[in-house]
Amino acid sequence: MSSITTREAPRGFSAAEYMTCLTGIVWREGLRFLHQRERFVSALVRPLVWLFIFAAGFRQVLGISIIPPYETYILYEVYIAPGLMAMIQLFNGMQSSLSMVYDREMGNMRTLLVSPLPRGFLLFCKLLAGTAVSLLQVYAFLLIAWFWDITPPSSGYLTVLPALILSGLMLGSLGMLISSGIKQLENFAGVMNFVIFPMFFASSALYPLWRVQEGSPYLYYLCEVNPFTHAVELVRFALYGQINWISLAVVAACTVVFMIGAIWAYDPSRGLARRGPPGGE
Amino acid sequence: MTSPAAIPEPQEAARLVPTPAPALSIDGVSHVYGPRRALIDVSFNVQPASFTALLGLNGAGKSTLFSLITRLFGIQSGRVGIFGHDISKSPGEALRLLGVVFQPRTLDLDLSLTQNLLYHAALHGISRREAAARSADLLGRIGLEDRAGSKVRDLSGGQMRRLEIARALLHRPRLLLLDEPTVGLDVKARADIISQVRQLVTEQGIGVLWATHLFDEIVPSDDLVVLHQGKVLAQGPMSRVITEAGAQDVNTAFMRLTGAQTMPGGGA
Repeated sequence: MSSITTREAPRGFSAAEYMTCLTGIVWREGLRFLHQRERFVSALVRPLVWLFIFAAGFRQVLGISIIPPYETYILYEVYIAPGLMAMIQLFNGMQSSLSMVYDREMGNMRTLLVSPLPRGFLLFCKLLAGTAVSLLQVYAFLLIAWFWDITPPSSGYLTVLPALILSGLMLGSLGMLISSGIKQLENFAGVMNFVIFPMFFASSALYPLWRVQEGSPYLYYLCEVNPFTHAVELVRFALYGQINWISLAVVAACTVVFMIGAIWAYDPSRGLARRGPPGGE
Repeated sequence: MTSPAAIPEPQEAARLVPTPAPALSIDGVSHVYGPRRALIDVSFNVQPASFTALLGLNGAGKSTLFSLITRLFGIQSGRVGIFGHDISKSPGEALRLLGVVFQPRTLDLDLSLTQNLLYHAALHGISRREAAARSADLLGRIGLEDRAGSKVRDLSGGQMRRLEIARALLHRPRLLLLDEPTVGLDVKARADIISQVRQLVTEQGIGVLWATHLFDEIVPSDDLVVLHQGKVLAQGPMSRVITEAGAQDVNTAFMRLTGAQTMPGGGA
């Protein structure tokens, strides 16, 4: 060997660089959200339709007995409010996944993925940004719901925040995991049918599980293993200043599993590589 | 603990002249999509301060190669190095030296020019203040400083491309990849972009890999890599590639090289 090849000295990344990247991604997601006003409006209208119309109509049909965390008889509207909060996050998580498919088709995802920072970190930033957007939607919903006499204790607005962050991360990472397997935009309709609706209806969002158990034990078990049920219960208890430990454990565990799965699926040597040639070819 | 072999003998040390790593080295890279072989044992280098044209028809494997270099796909076999950093082993160090302009537009149409640049800077960990200064400077250089606050949607195709090139330079890369950057642009916009990129090579010493199927974008001083059906058919300085193909111009050389694949004994 008559020559040696030199290479640039590696210099790694500082904590400040990671922080800049995180705030940049959240900032961009926020800007995009502000530019898509119709997305915000539809994110709000959806749960409000459930609250104003469905719940009002159902109020007389379904009696709610006193179950934790509630200490008195409650109106049906009050019961489904946490379910609707989680529904906002479910839709937002799946919509972020839609935006990732869209981004990937439009090439924006490429901009993100050629950043030199570790890919897992980039995807985590993207999840946090999506969760932050869902928080804006949920609090806007709570504000309107307050005028509809859904008035949890005022401290509940604060105690529900960590629960919402965790459930937002869980539903966002589930969406991201699903998005890694979607090749085309149209498949989002499939996600609606096969993910969003079953998760929402087979959960404690619209009816307490003890009532489900009376009707069908099998459906009850299905609801019990549905992570969305636990997201709803976590939010419901947190809104009244309590912690549902089982739900917390389930949601935390699912968040970790979904997130690892999503990062795994977006690893260049695995998920993305299995797909066909890039669009440009 | 140093083994004796690690210390070179004096006369051997004298012969060990350090040569800088190429800006980009592609070494025996192959890639398959299921049964389809998109790249077959591709090897070539791009030197710093050089303009290398990657010449190939649609479907030759150019975009697959770009996806491998930018780590959108994992390397199945072979090795890709950027200034000596293996893209699979130390992707962060490799990617920070790389700027890339993809063939499809990758700008946020609803955000302003500056917002697009700031987002890209953040992805590279460049502080907000530094990013703002660099953005203003780059927008000035591409003549779009007075459009800084407008939405990207309102730009022309050529202006968007110039913005994408400016964005790719924001983190001061030393290797720039462009995947058919002039597709769909008018004559003047094409000429502007080509001269802008050639200036980067001569003035800033950036190594450029320019994928194209348009022969008039190449000049005699360029290095050429001819890619056809996933294989490198010829590489080297343009004049040598033309001579070796027994042709007078790059167009004929390309036709002969690629035609030889389907018509054995044909040509000359």
